[in-house]
Amino acid sequence: MSDEKVVLDHDDLRRTLVRIAHEIVEKNEDSDRLALVGIHTRGAVICRRLHALVGELSGTEVPLGDLDISFYRDDIERREPRDAPVVHDSHLDFDLAGRTVVLVDDVLYTGRTVRAAIDALFDYGRPARVQLAVLADRGHRELPIRPDYVGKNLPTAPGERVNVRLEETDGVDEVAITPAGAPAATKEDS
Amino acid sequence: MTVSADGASGVAGAPRLVSRPGAPANLIVRAARLFDPRTGLDVTRDLVIRDGEIAELAEPGGAPEIEGAEAVDGEGLLALPAFVDPHVHLRIPGQEHKEDLETGTRSAAAGGYCAVIAMANTSPPVDSAAVLGSVRERAEREASIPIGFVANVTREMVGTELTEMAELRDAGAIGFSDDGLPIANARVLRRALQYQRLAGGLIALHEEDPDLSAGGVMHEGEVSAALGMAGVPSVSESTMIARDCSLALYEDAPIHVQHLSARASVEEVARAKAAGVRITCEATPHHLTLTDEAVRSLDARFKMNPPLRSEDDRQALIDGLRDGTIDCVATDHAPHAAEEKEVPFEEAAWGVTGLETAFAALYTDLVLPGVLPLEILVARMTCGGEPFGIDAPRLEVGAAANITLIDPELSWTVGEEGYESRSYNNCFADRELTGRVLMTVAAGQVAFRQRSFALGVAS
Amino acid sequence: MKHLLGVDELSREELERILERAESFAEVGRRDIKKVPTLRGRTIVNLFYEASTRTLSSFELAAKRLSADVVSVKSAGSSVDKGESLKDTVATLSAYDPAAIVIRSPHAGAAQLVANWTEASVINAGDGKHEHPTQALLDVFTLRHRLDSLENTSIWIVGDVLHSRVARSCLLAFQKMGARVTLCGPPTLIPRGIEALGCEVSYDLDGLGGADVVYALRMQRERMGESFVPSLREYAARYQIDSRRLGPRQLLMHPGPVNRGVELAPEVIDSPQSLITSQVESGLVVRMAILYELLTGSDRPRADRGPAPADTPTIGQPA
Repeated sequence: MSDEKVVLDHDDLRRTLVRIAHEIVEKNEDSDRLALVGIHTRGAVICRRLHALVGELSGTEVPLGDLDISFYRDDIERREPRDAPVVHDSHLDFDLAGRTVVLVDDVLYTGRTVRAAIDALFDYGRPARVQLAVLADRGHRELPIRPDYVGKNLPTAPGERVNVRLEETDGVDEVAITPAGAPAATKEDS
Repeated sequence: MTVSADGASGVAGAPRLVSRPGAPANLIVRAARLFDPRTGLDVTRDLVIRDGEIAELAEPGGAPEIEGAEAVDGEGLLALPAFVDPHVHLRIPGQEHKEDLETGTRSAAAGGYCAVIAMANTSPPVDSAAVLGSVRERAEREASIPIGFVANVTREMVGTELTEMAELRDAGAIGFSDDGLPIANARVLRRALQYQRLAGGLIALHEEDPDLSAGGVMHEGEVSAALGMAGVPSVSESTMIARDCSLALYEDAPIHVQHLSARASVEEVARAKAAGVRITCEATPHHLTLTDEAVRSLDARFKMNPPLRSEDDRQALIDGLRDGTIDCVATDHAPHAAEEKEVPFEEAAWGVTGLETAFAALYTDLVLPGVLPLEILVARMTCGGEPFGIDAPRLEVGAAANITLIDPELSWTVGEEGYESRSYNNCFADRELTGRVLMTVAAGQVAFRQRSFALGVAS
Repeated sequence: MKHLLGVDELSREELERILERAESFAEVGRRDIKKVPTLRGRTIVNLFYEASTRTLSSFELAAKRLSADVVSVKSAGSSVDKGESLKDTVATLSAYDPAAIVIRSPHAGAAQLVANWTEASVINAGDGKHEHPTQALLDVFTLRHRLDSLENTSIWIVGDVLHSRVARSCLLAFQKMGARVTLCGPPTLIPRGIEALGCEVSYDLDGLGGADVVYALRMQRERMGESFVPSLREYAARYQIDSRRLGPRQLLMHPGPVNRGVELAPEVIDSPQSLITSQVESGLVVRMAILYELLTGSDRPRADRGPAPADTPTIGQPA
């Protein structure tokens, strides 16, 4: 843990989410067509917080959902059995037709998770448009995916790990970077 | 009769043992441990075989030079009287894809056997003098050790009409058996036992009550309950043995009971012997060393009839062999082609080969751990022909040479180098066994030598 | 876990993992598009030597909802009709490079043999009277939904245990989950020595009142001809589960199809205690979970896959 460098602390995180919420509301004037969908696990947590903030700002109840993308991964066969991802249920109980869905995730890296999330989303229905909000963008895209809302740009080297911790799941709010070669401080899940 | 190159001695009719004529052996085995439980012989000597006969048991180093004789280094080796197997299936006529007389006798010699008795459940079965004649003729061309052929008790083995037993006996049948099937009808068996007074020849019985065994594929017990496979209860065997012993006593006829598998059966035999029934019986190496636990693997190499039974049954068989209730070891060598065994257990053919592994399996699992003394094992493996009139081979000056040379320290993996038998269905496959036959002399001729066994020739 | 050949070889952890996975697939079934692309491009072969509508269609649909390609081979395949050997059939099917083979056979050990002859994962859909692991798993799944836990529950399996692979697999599965099992049926139909598996045995229903769950087995008419029971009438009189024998708090299960009026009286089949319909529904998601567990994960070498690059980021890391 001592090798880690904290790049966003509790207050930074709070301010960042408030800013993102503002940006979402500003960009989407007809907020009655808006919907927020978080990508498990931490993306869904962040999404819930954003949902509360966006609700306050817009004065309307924006539909909230979450997606587990385990069944849409493109690396199904490569995982070691012991790293078997925890599969959560997905919840999308509202109609997607005509909506602007903002997908929310904690860290944007290669873009594969978002690709899988878009595929999953389209199995539920056909949104009018999809936007992407991420807490951190660490670069190294392997697919043509770009975020609409970014909390913080974090240039990283491929061997480094970006650790997002949230009170609801990890007891603390922070984003930290572990250098290449150091053991993972927290277990990564999908 | 003795197992000799010139066939039977002192028996009316055709010679009962048939084999391919060949050159009599001239052989010197130096400094081997000569071991014959029948005579109490247990010494290290040079064994001299001249013209197929045991000529001398000389002090080590004292063997005379014989021109043209093979000289073999017997140091550390056991020289035993060779074995006799009263129960093998050589599959001729009709099932050459599993075995023939050449591969079968080579397989026997590789296991230390100098004579075997072949069963008659072939295609067609040996139920007439014509079929018997043709198979004996083949043996004269192909058999490397003497074979005694059994003929069926009933025509086509359907268990209703007797075969022409007197004619078959004259044509050379060494005994009678419908093995493969029981003689289910008591009246038919009784007639056969009566007719035997005319025809002679011992009747060997496969004991199984088809009504109790119907549908069963393994021993009925905890393992069959867990596996969901229909079982053959031990009482299927013991009740038939009890019935047949009563008939044999009533008719004062001798019978030979084949492949005992259960404690209840051993107890029936002991009771019968005490009551004066003229009964002999046999047990197989697989029943003496394996149990139904082996079947949990669902590997059809462990499917045989009678089936492998419980540990308690196995112990009863060992005790019976030790105290003589069970007279001899018989392999019930039953070759089957791969496609008949590489199928689900319930569909697979019954039976395993056993000639090449008999001594090694029993030596490894019973003698080495001290469960059975070597002298009893050798005695039981050499006397199997006696009920049928074949004397047990002896390590004695003047006797025909029937010897097997064994390395008691050599470990080998069964099947690693293939088998002499045409078929591979051996239940000891891939196991490491100790005790390997290096050479066998049968009826005075060298019938087998291990390829890697070094030979020297005396000048 | 490469194969599912029987409950016997499953650890409790593996069992639990499959049940958990089945929950996720239940949600997929509630969507409009009841499909996920997880096994897209993989081929699954169903090799059924015994007639079966429900199990076969359950496996077919499970594979299709995971986007796999499905080939179903149905064969009359009695032991009398020799035809092509099992070994040759498996060799032929290997030409499709199946990811999994689901096999149902009238012979014990068939699934194990197929596993010896193929690179594919093998799922035992019933081998003779030996095991039927997917049935046992869906039964545990169904029960857990109703009871939360099977620990210390008393389960009675009633009927023709001797000929029932469902009984054997369920006995093992229920015990692994902590239940106590009693086998009950006519003495001729309870295998000798079955207590060695750790269950109780009873030849009458007198103690049935103590059970939390009653699991009834099919009573086949053929058993009459083989002298196992003298008549269906006598069987029903002694062993039929009806509203007198089934208490209001007891749950009822049956692997199906039910012989109405034989092992079950009509009024209990449709009662609120009956889990029979749930069992059928569970079958689909449990089979999806089994396919998922066996076919995902890198312990399966495949010719067309290159070595897994060590440092390439995958979805496993923050993407």
